[in-house]
Amino acid sequence: MANIVAIVKMVPDLVEELEINDEGTGLDRDWLRLIINEFDNHAIEQAILLKEREGGEVTVIAPETEGVEDMLFTTAAKGADRMIKLAGDFEEGVNNHALAHAFAETAKNHQPDLILTGVQANDDLDGPVGPLVAEYLGMPYIGYISGVTLEEGRAIVRKEYPGGLIGEMEVTLPAVLGIQAGEEPPRYVAISKVRQMMKTAEIAEAEISELDFSGGISAKRMYLPEAAERAEMIEGDEEEIAAKLISIFKEAGAL
Amino acid sequence: MPERINYWGIPHSWGEPELYVYAIMFLAAAIMLLQFYRQASLWWKVGRPESRWDKLHIRLGRLIQYAIVQTKVLRQRYPGIMHAAIAWSYFVFFLGTALATVHDHFFEFLHGNTLIVYKFTLDLFTIFFLIGAGMAFYRRYAEKPEKLTLDKGFTWTLWMVTIIVLGGLFTESLRLAVERPDWGAWSVAGWLLARLWISTGATETTLTNWHLGVWVFHLLSVALTLVTLPTGTLLHALTGPLNAFFSELDRPMGALAPAAETAEGEPIFASKLSDLTWKQLLDGDACTECGRCQDACPAFNAGTPLSPKQFILSLRDSLHHNGSKPKLAGEAIPEDVLWACTTCGACVYECPVLIEHIDTIVDLRRYLVIEGMVDAELQTALTNLGRYGNSFGKSERMRAKWSKGMEPKVKNANKERVEYLWFVGDYASYSPTLTEITKQTAEVFQQIGLDFGIMYKGENHAGNDVRRVGEEGLFEMLVEKNIKAMSKADYQAIVTTDPHSYNTLKNEYPANGGHPVLHYTELLDQLIASGKLKFSKKLGYKVTYHDPCYLGRYNGIYDAPRRVIEATGCEIVEMPRNKDCALCCGAGGGRIWMEEGEIKERPSESRIREAAALENVTDFIVACPKDVTMYSDAVKTVGAEESVVVKDLIELVYEAL
Amino acid sequence: MNEDIYVLIEHLQGEVAEISYIMLAAARDLAQRTSGEVIGVLLGHDAQDLTSTLAADHIIYADHAALAEFTADAYQKTVASLIQENEPSAFLFGNTSIGADVASVLSARLSLPLVSSCVQISNGKLISQICGGKIMAESDLAETTTLVTIIPGGYKAEEGQSEKSPEIKSFNAPALDDLRVTLKKYVEPEAGDVNISKEAILVSIGRGIQTEDNIELAEELAEFLGATVCASRPIVDQGWLPISRMVGKSGQSVKPKLYLALGISGAPEHVEGMAESEMIIAVNMDPNAPIFDIATYGVEFDFFDLIDPLLEQLEEIE
Ligand SMILES: Cc1cc2nc3c(=O)[nH]c(=O)nc-3n(C[C@H](O)[C@H](O)[C@H](O)COP(=O)(O)OP(=O)(O)OC[C@H]3O[C@@H](n4cnc5c(N)ncnc54)[C@H](O)[C@@H]3O)c2cc1C
Ligand code: SF4
Ligand code: SF4
Repeated sequence: MANIVAIVKMVPDLVEELEINDEGTGLDRDWLRLIINEFDNHAIEQAILLKEREGGEVTVIAPETEGVEDMLFTTAAKGADRMIKLAGDFEEGVNNHALAHAFAETAKNHQPDLILTGVQANDDLDGPVGPLVAEYLGMPYIGYISGVTLEEGRAIVRKEYPGGLIGEMEVTLPAVLGIQAGEEPPRYVAISKVRQMMKTAEIAEAEISELDFSGGISAKRMYLPEAAERAEMIEGDEEEIAAKLISIFKEAGAL
Repeated sequence: MPERINYWGIPHSWGEPELYVYAIMFLAAAIMLLQFYRQASLWWKVGRPESRWDKLHIRLGRLIQYAIVQTKVLRQRYPGIMHAAIAWSYFVFFLGTALATVHDHFFEFLHGNTLIVYKFTLDLFTIFFLIGAGMAFYRRYAEKPEKLTLDKGFTWTLWMVTIIVLGGLFTESLRLAVERPDWGAWSVAGWLLARLWISTGATETTLTNWHLGVWVFHLLSVALTLVTLPTGTLLHALTGPLNAFFSELDRPMGALAPAAETAEGEPIFASKLSDLTWKQLLDGDACTECGRCQDACPAFNAGTPLSPKQFILSLRDSLHHNGSKPKLAGEAIPEDVLWACTTCGACVYECPVLIEHIDTIVDLRRYLVIEGMVDAELQTALTNLGRYGNSFGKSERMRAKWSKGMEPKVKNANKERVEYLWFVGDYASYSPTLTEITKQTAEVFQQIGLDFGIMYKGENHAGNDVRRVGEEGLFEMLVEKNIKAMSKADYQAIVTTDPHSYNTLKNEYPANGGHPVLHYTELLDQLIASGKLKFSKKLGYKVTYHDPCYLGRYNGIYDAPRRVIEATGCEIVEMPRNKDCALCCGAGGGRIWMEEGEIKERPSESRIREAAALENVTDFIVACPKDVTMYSDAVKTVGAEESVVVKDLIELVYEAL
Repeated sequence: MNEDIYVLIEHLQGEVAEISYIMLAAARDLAQRTSGEVIGVLLGHDAQDLTSTLAADHIIYADHAALAEFTADAYQKTVASLIQENEPSAFLFGNTSIGADVASVLSARLSLPLVSSCVQISNGKLISQICGGKIMAESDLAETTTLVTIIPGGYKAEEGQSEKSPEIKSFNAPALDDLRVTLKKYVEPEAGDVNISKEAILVSIGRGIQTEDNIELAEELAEFLGATVCASRPIVDQGWLPISRMVGKSGQSVKPKLYLALGISGAPEHVEGMAESEMIIAVNMDPNAPIFDIATYGVEFDFFDLIDPLLEQLEEIE
């Protein structure tokens, strides 16, 4: 039996064209579509897998941004027991330090044995959120995790290193883990199940009145990568492109 | 005057012969009915209730059409004639026996010419029967087609029905050989045989004794057949008509039923027998094992593990032969079987007893989806559909990117009034290979002065295939989004190039203010008829046309596209499998989003080979965007680039304008 | 606070990780701005030899049995006490399995600002790459020690290497008991059939390939080119190719003569494993895909429309 908390957030969907706001200091949020951070999704999967294997409860906490309720109901449909929305000024985007304070404060109340979160997110600018939460709660942190086994008072985890090397680590509980990949890819939940949850499940709110930005940074300037460095584009229809590619292959000595 | 003699040659020293006959028959019938009840009661004991007692006149009509006239059976010549010969003869024999009973007990009328007509008819059908039985024996013992179940059950049935008829014939002929009435020749078959007996020179007593023996044998064989009917393959003579009688009436073929709900309003995701309705279980018992569905099934012919016949039979086996009643989805019926179906509708269309395969397949898929048992590829597609409203995982803002740069700009139907709301569909909008054709469609519309518009990012995937994958919740969500966008538009009719969207918009969407839904081929056909669309060129190509499942079989649109093609000055050469027999391209039912798995030959490849074999045909015309993708691929894999080119119908129209 | 730039030297199983050299190169850029020195920080046990190739002004070396291989707790404690003692201007960590576990925790523990995913130092500004490489963000060093995590891409490893061994100053690690994290063992990856880091031509596939069946197409192409097929992480996570074929941060670093990236977006984690390739050809439908920023040639096209004509033309040549 383990009490597992998953802390997750919504990030910009890279499928959309990203634009910079007028001040040039951040993303133009009017144009953003937010989706769950891919690695947080793995963290949720890992949490549910652990629950299915060991029993226990899964609580999911996420800051209030557009689409967060749908996302939380989706996790409920996957098997999460409790969903908590951090209510506060998150819509404009906050740094991970402020977010981590809010997460830590809320997670604390649930006395978790294990906190799981994605190893990183595409909009992290002041480090990933997991280790910050760990430190604010005085728990150990290990990131780049792709496998978790729970034992009495500790967890055995698989930490990834470059080249496919795995470090098998032991960590005392409670702890925070940065999940790189769940043991299984995130599962599919049918929309009817999610809709069912929308009718029956409840999302609790945790009021975060004061955001604590200390330690985080805010970018002086944001911009799209400069075009000067770009590749030479090969144009034409498929036959022409194929022919050009072949001549490049030849030049490179590949044929 | 010819007179009918009751129980001729049956010694009355045994007592009243009819007493024996009725006793034996009554007993046999009772055993049969009891057995049948025991078996049939499982339908409602195990299955869920569902009312199918409405519109009795239509149901009776179906009973007559499918069980008595047997129009579906007759769709195939050899087996059609064979079965009709056997079945119709039996109907006549039944009727004959019934009339004889009436004559014997209630109202004597079988004398004189009436009797002669009676005798003649019965004998004619005896001959007809023998032809049919002969064909059946040939098929079973010599031809042995793959689709048939060649087991003992059917052999037994065939022998028994033949023995009964031969018994009757022999009895009659022996009687005729003794009686030798002057009208005897009217009993054509019996008389021929009687002449044989006479020629043996046997005495009257011998013949009368033989008659008695054969008569008793005949009687017993009828009784035996009755008794074994519910447990044998002849059962279909009861369940088939029942199935036709109780077949679906409330929705067109193109509309699936939503997931059923419990009394408490909880959705039922069918995984086991008890989640299915009694009618779905009756389906299993109604199957005649004729294999027509399997023959027509693109999935089976491609070598996937799905055979619609086996699928239906596993329902039957699970119901009757499996004490433990295993789970269906994923157990008695493996997942890959359920996923292989393209929902092309060929099985449902061909089935002589109106079995509804697809409804049950989709019901079981709904369960797999709710349990998350979907392959990675399908999962990606469904996630994309949920998030972006298209399976490509692209932003909805890119939906109308194909129209960029068109002059004049394609109207936004959500902003201005249009006559035709063009529902473009995912593939035509996003697939880079198809956008050229989509643009051509728009250009044709513009050139003929059609007042049309599209919904830009307001359009979502229509949901036809989402529903058939079993993702009912996602389907509902997509419908809601589209309805919301459509309600903002002011239009007279919807037009679409995609038969899948067409089907669901027309048959499954809540009525949109009575605005008709048109396939572009229908629209063009109308415009040609009204003189609004005129062509300046005669193309003069020899082409063949592929009927999309969701346009043809599902919605019966066969002629409109053909008329349009002909109007462009092309000659159509039909493929052997055309119109309602057209082979599916393999993409429907969400198959286009799934992993292909191990197969022998893709349906699309088989189809291209079929077209390539037509003499001098240069173009393979399709009327579905997905078909362009599927068949262009197939042309390459088959290596038929030299012989056929895949073209969308709009390309002909464009060229001939 | 002093002007020096500290770099946490990463090493695993007795080998210095390439990111260490990249960080030293970046640190040199920063140190020029702050007019300080570049100082390598090595935590280990009997690991002095690892310092010989590091282009640092000097090395601070903490030797302790608990530091022999990386564990988060021991590293965090040691680096924390070093920062508190020396207050460097900036401390660079790899944005890696090692560095990222240390930097963030210390940011919270010591209340120091942290800038992550920094790929380049430009005029003393830290340039980070976020949103899968689609957005650049510029930040300044703070008044206090700024913690920075570095991703490859802006500097070559050679720029952080040097012939002459730097001077080593030792540093006493703090008490390292009550550690909450311990390394039990390393599990080596299963040896693959090929070593992609040694191949001259690679055909690499990403999520754009869509289905497992389509890997065949890449294999056909590879056969014509005498190449080996490798992939981005999602393909390996799906189980479609073995981990030995993964390119990038958690996979192999490759430097082939020709790298053909098919349906790969060019996320920094992927790019860091292949940016050094001599020639990169990228095929991607998204004109804004970051892979085009590092490719030699780009093709903005649907892979599936291109592959058939390409294979056909190749066949004709044969
Ligand atoms: C700690 C950590 C370590 C990581 N390590 C690695 C690593 O070692 N290696 C690695 O690769 N990743 C790694 N990742 C993951 C990395 O962040 C990206 O998620 C990953 O590289 C994306 O892979 P991709 O480019 O294949 O997929 P995507 O980013 O999804 O890109 C797919 C691309 O294909 C294009 N596309 C789609 N369809 C077509 C088509 N028909 N024709 C042409 N183009 C098409 C799309 O436009 C898109 O650009 C790591 C992540 C973390 C957090
Ligand atoms: S719908 Fe088509 S594919 Fe599915 S079982 Fe019937 S014939 Fe086969
Ligand atoms: S399901 Fe219908 S078509 Fe198929 S074998 Fe049975 S009776 Fe024949």
